[in-house]
Amino acid sequence: MKYQAEFRDPQLAEGLLKAIAATSCDYPKNITLMEVCGTHTTAIYQHGIRALLPEKIRLISGPGCPVCVTPVTYVDHAVALAQRPETIIATFGDMVRVPGSSSSLLHEQARGATIKIVYSPLDAVTIAEKNPDTDVVFLGVGFETTTPTIAGAILTAARKNLDNFYVLCSHKTMPGPMAALAGDPELQVDGYLCPAHVSAIIGANAYQPLVDAYRVPCVVTGFEPLDVLQGVLMLARQVINGEARVENQYNRVVKAAGNRKAQKLLKQVFEPCDADWRGIGNIPDSGLRLRSDYVRFDAAQQLPVDIEPAVEHQGCLCGEILKGKVRPNDCLLFRTTCTPEDPVGACMVSSEGTCAAEYKYGT
Amino acid sequence: MCLGVPMQVKTIENEMAVCEIDGVQREASLMMIDNVRVGDYVLIHAGFAIEKIDAEEAQLTLKALREALDMGLVPE
Ligand code: SF4
Repeated sequence: MKYQAEFRDPQLAEGLLKAIAATSCDYPKNITLMEVCGTHTTAIYQHGIRALLPEKIRLISGPGCPVCVTPVTYVDHAVALAQRPETIIATFGDMVRVPGSSSSLLHEQARGATIKIVYSPLDAVTIAEKNPDTDVVFLGVGFETTTPTIAGAILTAARKNLDNFYVLCSHKTMPGPMAALAGDPELQVDGYLCPAHVSAIIGANAYQPLVDAYRVPCVVTGFEPLDVLQGVLMLARQVINGEARVENQYNRVVKAAGNRKAQKLLKQVFEPCDADWRGIGNIPDSGLRLRSDYVRFDAAQQLPVDIEPAVEHQGCLCGEILKGKVRPNDCLLFRTTCTPEDPVGACMVSSEGTCAAEYKYGT
Repeated sequence: MCLGVPMQVKTIENEMAVCEIDGVQREASLMMIDNVRVGDYVLIHAGFAIEKIDAEEAQLTLKALREALDMGLVPE
């Protein structure tokens, strides 16, 4: 596969690993790097990268799995909407199995609700077009990579004059939680592997304020093994030299200013709002809600439902996992009560969740 | 969830492209990017092309890595 196979070259990977070892061997302290994005977490597990790195370099997983950081009230809201008559829930696959307080979309489906897994938000628009007498609610979760696609779907629905297409919005934006965690003295993050495709939209420059405020090195890093290793090397070098800069390892895709057209699309439909992050709590201006011109597509406003009071699952450490403070093995439920077949928390459901990755690839 | 798959643009009609990887074809919206041509590689995410892949930059990254590692240097 072009642009994948070349960036998995074992010889180059080995060379990079040696370079990382040589660069860091004399450094007197451990170097803690956070891979912010869930796709990085999966790649790191899948290719066994953590075990290949020198012990001194610690990779910790961050809050970059959109499904995992979505609070339980959102799932409860989706469940309540699924229980409405004449309603179709359209969603990316991962959301279906996330446990809410007392149910999940999968349970609701077994009880007769119509849940459709789609590949693209545009597929949800097509479903709405084909079912004019049914309300179609798309579950809008995701970061800046995904949100413009949802903006595109909303504009498409507007152009087609659909009055039965809605989005339940829980969009989140990226640099915010990284700043929240950079300021956490317990964590001591020495550098960030910044998310590849979020950065394709927002641009490498978007991390400059974070670097300025916290003096934390940031390297925009792609998702293939060579990308990750080169990103780690670039970060290690900054840490050792006492520097803090934004660097872009993934410049075959990411530009300094990002994708302006996607940014424009996003701004046309959405505006910033405060958002709740599982584990981290409320972060000002770290979410996106529909602008007033588009509120007719807002499921939360247009389709009122009663939502059950939120109950977090006892013993689940998802919140701490998303902050990089504990690892899945620290959770008593891991592999015993909580498995991918019968997940307790979102981190075990999403294919990008740290618990799911540890379950699948960990030793 | 932010995974993007590199695919090659095969045909373009209005704002939709048919893209291909390893013989698998998919439709993707071009609403988010300008100046795409047949033959370009793009990253596909959730039915949209989110960015073009810069072939020259990709080659440069690999070349610089190869050269530095061949010479026993730490890559830039
Ligand atoms: S193993 Fe399961 S219960 Fe434990 S933190 Fe992960 S998702 Fe939560």
